[in-house]
Amino acid sequence: MSTIGPSISLNNVSRHFGAVKAVDELSLKIEAGSLVALVGLSGSGKSTLLKMINRLVEPSSGSILVDNERVENIDPHVLRRRIGYVFQNIGLFPHMTIARNIAIGLELAGEIEGRSNRVAALLELVELPQEMALRMPGQLSGGQQQRVGVARALATRPGLMLMDEPFGALDPVTRDNLTEQYKKLHNKLDLTTIIVTHDMAEALYLADRILVMQDGQIKADATPAELLSGNIGEEAEALVAVPRAQAEHFHALGQQS
Amino acid sequence: MNEAWRNAFARIPDLLAAHVQLSFSALLLATAICLPLSIWAARAPRVAAVILGFASLIQTIPALALLALFYPVLLGLSLLFGGGIKALGFLPALLALTLYALLPILRNAVTGLIGVDPAAKEAADGLGMTASQKLRLVEAPLAAPTIMAGVRTAAVWTIGAATLSTTVGQASLGDMIFAGLQTQNWTLVLAGCLASACLAIIVDLLLGQIEKSIAQRKKARAWIATTILGVGLAIALLPTLQSRENVIVIGAKGFSEQFILARLIGSRLEEQGYVIEYRDGLGSAVVFRAVAADDIDIYIDYSGTIWTNQMKRTDAPPTHEMLTEIGRWANQNHGVTMVGALGFENTYAFAVRPEDAAARDLKTLEDLARVSPDFVFGTDLEFLERPEWDMVQNTYPMRFKEERSFNPTFMYPALASGEADVISAFSSDGRIAANNFFVLNDEKGAVPSYEALLMVSADSAGDERLVNAIQPLVGAISVGKMREANYMVDREKDKKTPRQAAAWLDEQIGE
Repeated sequence: MSTIGPSISLNNVSRHFGAVKAVDELSLKIEAGSLVALVGLSGSGKSTLLKMINRLVEPSSGSILVDNERVENIDPHVLRRRIGYVFQNIGLFPHMTIARNIAIGLELAGEIEGRSNRVAALLELVELPQEMALRMPGQLSGGQQQRVGVARALATRPGLMLMDEPFGALDPVTRDNLTEQYKKLHNKLDLTTIIVTHDMAEALYLADRILVMQDGQIKADATPAELLSGNIGEEAEALVAVPRAQAEHFHALGQQS
Repeated sequence: MNEAWRNAFARIPDLLAAHVQLSFSALLLATAICLPLSIWAARAPRVAAVILGFASLIQTIPALALLALFYPVLLGLSLLFGGGIKALGFLPALLALTLYALLPILRNAVTGLIGVDPAAKEAADGLGMTASQKLRLVEAPLAAPTIMAGVRTAAVWTIGAATLSTTVGQASLGDMIFAGLQTQNWTLVLAGCLASACLAIIVDLLLGQIEKSIAQRKKARAWIATTILGVGLAIALLPTLQSRENVIVIGAKGFSEQFILARLIGSRLEEQGYVIEYRDGLGSAVVFRAVAADDIDIYIDYSGTIWTNQMKRTDAPPTHEMLTEIGRWANQNHGVTMVGALGFENTYAFAVRPEDAAARDLKTLEDLARVSPDFVFGTDLEFLERPEWDMVQNTYPMRFKEERSFNPTFMYPALASGEADVISAFSSDGRIAANNFFVLNDEKGAVPSYEALLMVSADSAGDERLVNAIQPLVGAISVGKMREANYMVDREKDKKTPRQAAAWLDEQIGE
């Protein structure tokens, strides 16, 4: 796994749903190998932006490039097989074993050899015991299921991971655990990752670049450190205020005791 | 087990096999039509509305009517394409039952496909499945239990409705039910119903097993149930491997006399080595067209019926002139050969209770017209629609208090019990004499002659051996013997089967 994940650029991209502009004339460049968090309130257009990159949503205008190749020139299913996709509702196939769920991308690509070795390696990568391979999805906890979801997305060795609130439905302890482990995976596999979240604390912890979206546009584009220091606009300040206040409160509590 | 049950059970295997063949074919065809349609409908709500609306509309048509409607439709198509389409038997039954099975399969398949978890569909897209991979790997397996439930409902409906295919000349367990109903052989009716119900229950249980095994992902159990179904089907299909060469189809309308005469002809032909198949219970409008289209080979019709219904004549010439005319017309216009008259007449006879005849001084139809405002008129199911009724009314102006239609079986008891005061009985029916009913005289000759005629299709008329085998029946059956034979089948006690009555009649005729 020597190659680094792809770079991405969006040029004047818009997406309208009727009269609503979910994404409005947006341009953006994402460096290869970066871990970018898209934050914003619901309806700010962050999920739409993410899904246009693997063509689950088609833009109304503008162009999107992955490693300098325009995505509209690639067949959707070919494009998507190169990109890992993890989302909040996980979507494991309930009629297939965990092993087959993980290997489904390889099955689609017609890769037969070494499939079981690959499944074993992926289970290890997402820190699940090997005996899970033969279980059915219904027998796993939510956290275990999403680990399988991540393993499935990584099975075909994509360079780019798109994650849509991947850990949003999990309890806080499991979520922190997975967030931390994913950060390690991202670095180890030299991925480019774009993660959508409404949880600013998660974004601050995980990402090396945070984009704050509102009304289909990027209102702030900063590193976690810059965001926490303030002076980057009202929208960002409102989102950062809560975790910052919580952090200060916890800090104060710690000093009292 | 007494003889009636033994006779009834002896008929089950062949009819059960035909029943299974028909139901399974209809179910298979319906499933093959529904699956692609439901995939389309699940992706386009407007298409779903149109298709499900159409299927529901079909469901509102009574199954019996749907079956009957296919006869003229197929006959029209056959004319359009220069013949070759069989308008009677398997094809119309298959088409009607297939249409009938569409709704439950479609509705469940659409519901199942729409109901697939959106997360699974999003994951399938996100992983880069093509539309067909998504259908095969995700949507179809997840919708399968719901689809199977639909197939199961359709299977039970189809097996039940297939009993009605008897009316379009397709053999099924309904043959026993309809024949039993006509001859008041309740053992036969019950045996037919039981066999059909058992078949439905067993198929339902097996399909239920498959449905449950799919839902619980227990492959072995699904395969066991499928294997049992497959073996049953294979056994039912065995008879179709037998040669169909040399099979002579004898048609019969839906009453005892017709069943008996069909067996009489059949036994004569069996002696000559022919393989015989009976198509009982055909409507009298259907049966002539069936022999003209070579769908059946032989049947017995009545001169007055052909004269008024087929030839649309309203005059009533002397009998021998009429028969010559019918023979010429049938041959020239339809290629059907009239071999000859059997020697007895079965005309419409207006019968009343003897005490009424005495009290109201009734002797003729003229007298009946006089008292008609006080009388309830009981008829069979077709008489009021037939031209003979117009002819009677034109000659004798009658206006009854009420007109009621009965299955012929129940028409005689209706007169006896007072539910009707006069009935349009059949003159060769043994129940007139048995009940002491009084037959009113048609002194003005309004009703044409109803000589029983032996009709043979163009194909079979060329077979000299066949014609020679049935030729001796011409002029050989007196009305007295026919009445006696009919009564053997129709009476309540010591009932005979049509085959037994035919054997008795055969002995009476001699050679």
